[in-house]
Amino acid sequence: MRQRDRGKPTKEYPRLTHPLVRDEKGGPLRRATWEEALEKATEGFRRIKAEHGPDAFGMFSCARATNEMNYVAQKFTRVIMGTHNVDSCNRTCHAPSVAGLSAAFGSGGGTSSYEEVESTDLIVMWGSNARFAHPIFFQHVLRGIRNGAKMYAVDPRRTSTAEWAESWLGLNVGTDIPLAHAIGREIIHSGLANHTFIERATTGFEEYKAEVEPWTLSAAEKVTGVPADAIRDLAHAYATAERAQLCWTLGITEHHNGTDNVRALINLSLLTGHVGRYGAGLQPLRGQNNVQGGGDMGAIPDRLPGFQNVLDPETRAKFEAAWETTLEPRHGRNLTMMFEAMETGELKAVYCIGENPAQSEADTGQAVERMQKLEHLVVQDIFLTRTAELADVVLPATAAWCETDGTTTNSERRVQRVRKAVNPPGEAREDIDIICDIAARLGHEWKFADSEAVWDELRSVSPQHYGMTYDRLAEHQGIQWPCPSTDKLEPTYMHGRLWETDPAKRGTPAPFGIVKHDPPVDLTDEDYPLRLTTGRRLDSYNTGVQSGSYASPLRRGEYVELCPEDAELYGVEVNEEVQVTSRRGSVVAPVWIDRALRPGLAFMTMHFPDEVDTNQLTIESNCPIAGTAEFKASAIRIEKLPVEAAVRS
Amino acid sequence: MTAVPLDPPRRLVEFELDGEPTRVPDGSTILDACRSAGKDIPTLCQGETLEPKNACRVCVVEVEGARTLAPACSRKAEPGMTVRTDTERARHSRKLVLELLASATDLSTTPRASEWIKEYGAKPDRFGAEAATMNEPPKIDNDLYVRDYDKCILCYKCVDACGEQWQNSFAISMAGRGFDARISTEHDAPLTDSACVYCGNCIEVCPTGALSFKSEFDMREAGTWDEERQTQTTTVCAYCGVGCNLTLHVQDNEIVKVSSPLDNPVTHGNLCIKGRFGYQHVGGGNPAGA
Repeated sequence: MRQRDRGKPTKEYPRLTHPLVRDEKGGPLRRATWEEALEKATEGFRRIKAEHGPDAFGMFSCARATNEMNYVAQKFTRVIMGTHNVDSCNRTCHAPSVAGLSAAFGSGGGTSSYEEVESTDLIVMWGSNARFAHPIFFQHVLRGIRNGAKMYAVDPRRTSTAEWAESWLGLNVGTDIPLAHAIGREIIHSGLANHTFIERATTGFEEYKAEVEPWTLSAAEKVTGVPADAIRDLAHAYATAERAQLCWTLGITEHHNGTDNVRALINLSLLTGHVGRYGAGLQPLRGQNNVQGGGDMGAIPDRLPGFQNVLDPETRAKFEAAWETTLEPRHGRNLTMMFEAMETGELKAVYCIGENPAQSEADTGQAVERMQKLEHLVVQDIFLTRTAELADVVLPATAAWCETDGTTTNSERRVQRVRKAVNPPGEAREDIDIICDIAARLGHEWKFADSEAVWDELRSVSPQHYGMTYDRLAEHQGIQWPCPSTDKLEPTYMHGRLWETDPAKRGTPAPFGIVKHDPPVDLTDEDYPLRLTTGRRLDSYNTGVQSGSYASPLRRGEYVELCPEDAELYGVEVNEEVQVTSRRGSVVAPVWIDRALRPGLAFMTMHFPDEVDTNQLTIESNCPIAGTAEFKASAIRIEKLPVEAAVRS
Repeated sequence: MTAVPLDPPRRLVEFELDGEPTRVPDGSTILDACRSAGKDIPTLCQGETLEPKNACRVCVVEVEGARTLAPACSRKAEPGMTVRTDTERARHSRKLVLELLASATDLSTTPRASEWIKEYGAKPDRFGAEAATMNEPPKIDNDLYVRDYDKCILCYKCVDACGEQWQNSFAISMAGRGFDARISTEHDAPLTDSACVYCGNCIEVCPTGALSFKSEFDMREAGTWDEERQTQTTTVCAYCGVGCNLTLHVQDNEIVKVSSPLDNPVTHGNLCIKGRFGYQHVGGGNPAGA
């Protein structure tokens, strides 16, 4: 039996201190000079573009790096390589939030601010264990609760967030839409819908009303597993609160219909008018320090910097003039589509900056195979990650948050200054510096004196960032977008326009999302009877490359967590190693017993992929709108070791 | 009906401070007024982000007409009041508080303590060596925190930060009564068997260094901790999307401590275990590569 030392660091990833190149496919990586590595990286991009056209190139930009780096990376992709194939790992987490919010309100950010959570009457935490995953946001929630707000937790697990709730709605994984629809129906039938707001600021109410009509409390109870009384209670509490905040995290988005889930939640705010006022709004809690900013900077295939539409001719004309280039009037490939295009051979070169898709994608086995098909892979990172190990050229970069200057944008749309505090190790260079060096070799001499120069160029093309000079960002400890003016600040909440009485000021109304229940793709059956869902722990982060290096007394490594009833059913004990198998792969993991789980529900994290590669189990079944995979719902079985060959099908 | 009323706008309060007319926003304390007037009042148990506890009494001032001295940290400014910060009585009281604290506890890592002792002419040794209340070695039961209760002045700030005012983990509390009173985990268990989540928010508010980061403790032991050589740079945490501001304390190009600005709208000075301790990957151990 394996017994890990509690609290010791897991696999240590040493920093990259000099460039590496691979002389031939299948050969080893060897040390190279910057000149040699940059020339090799450049030559590959040049050749692929010449032989296969611009769309054979893809950029994986970094949701962990600064806004400035993301701006330069997308500009490199669009201006130098001539394609919109740029995306980042936002695709694996909150792309559905951006897609859902922008479909409803025309803007992909959360609508309110942390401070408003402290002055609201009701807080719904839906598919979010913020106590662990967003601890300092949760302090604002706790302040709200201490000030008198009621909090409701909607989560298949009775998490540490749920411990603070007035009521915990423990729904079955993937039944968020039935639950939301039942809440909506109950609000309508109880006469609690805000018809003034609905008529003034929304469209599609009649259609929505018809869509939710079948979802009676008892029908929803049957599908979601949540008692009808608890659903009714939440519906009435939400609808009758003066101000309510609806917060969600990956429990909503990491589903094959993640965008539909987001729309179903937004519908509730439209039904009750809980949006566009101080203390009333919608807050998706973002998973990475700059996943909001990366999208805002245009490091996504369908939007130019400032979240401006690629398909809008006037917008394109503005950028074409500013960048002295021409832009294709169409969307590029998102991360998911780029991986599919590797499979078909249409995508041949990738410039991957600070991303680790070899471990973060769902069904990692498939992701690695696809990347191995690339003719030219350049990875720019601070560690030799599993992805970097596949590269033809590895470029050592700086840790954006403490070795460079710039800005990042948080979950409440607050753009904040990032400042250099330490010098990078060895020959590591700043991301922007490296990109600009390759750009110069491809014939584009971009002269940015510093990160502020990049930011000022972005400000000149993005009206919603125009008012945020570096000086003002320092003065106000960050400014939330939109900030079009250099001498005033906008309210902390967005979409106040929806409450205007003058239709001209009100602008485009917000449409209800007409969405249907669609259960998880990976169905449980006799062979795979357990529902596996994934998430984070308090002291660890994503693939663990960064968080594995400090000695956390809380860390206990990867486990497959079961409820006491299931542990008894399968005859397994705490720390006993078992085989966990899904329709895609198998891993061996020790058992942990967690009373927060219910029979039929298992839980794992993705924090220790070098020991237990959880994403070998997850399914690459993607949201057709946002491209996010269904990390939250796999079907598994667990078996005692050794597993007899005859048992396996 | 709203359960949570929004704050009304604040008005100004006028009063007299050391003979000068003073205006502060309604709800401000005398200490707030002193600080905005540039007056240096010593404080220990007072915390920018915490409710006043009135535990240490080192900030007392004289309010005209009041029988007793008032703690500046908690007494609200009232219209028409007359406050004197530098009377013989207030100075004598502060001196005695410093003497009592410095004789019973080790104030060697309390910022400005020696300066105040000198300024007020305090003589802690007049109570003799037996005045020390603890005399026990520092508790080191994990890789992140050290608890050195010889330095604890029982100010409650750590309890409030861990409890309902911020962290709501309730890992530590006051145990015992009178001379036996001390800060303790439940059943005096090691931190690793307590409710502690290692956010470090208790260390952030500790005024004496009784609670410290192991990295700082080790460097002090080795004699290499040198704040003169440290820079402080505020940046944004790279874990999760909340956007906590981190102040990196850097000595010789190494991050040696992480704090957060107390007035930051995102954190109010609080962090989680990842933001507080998850920086080791930056140094990155041995170089990689072929």
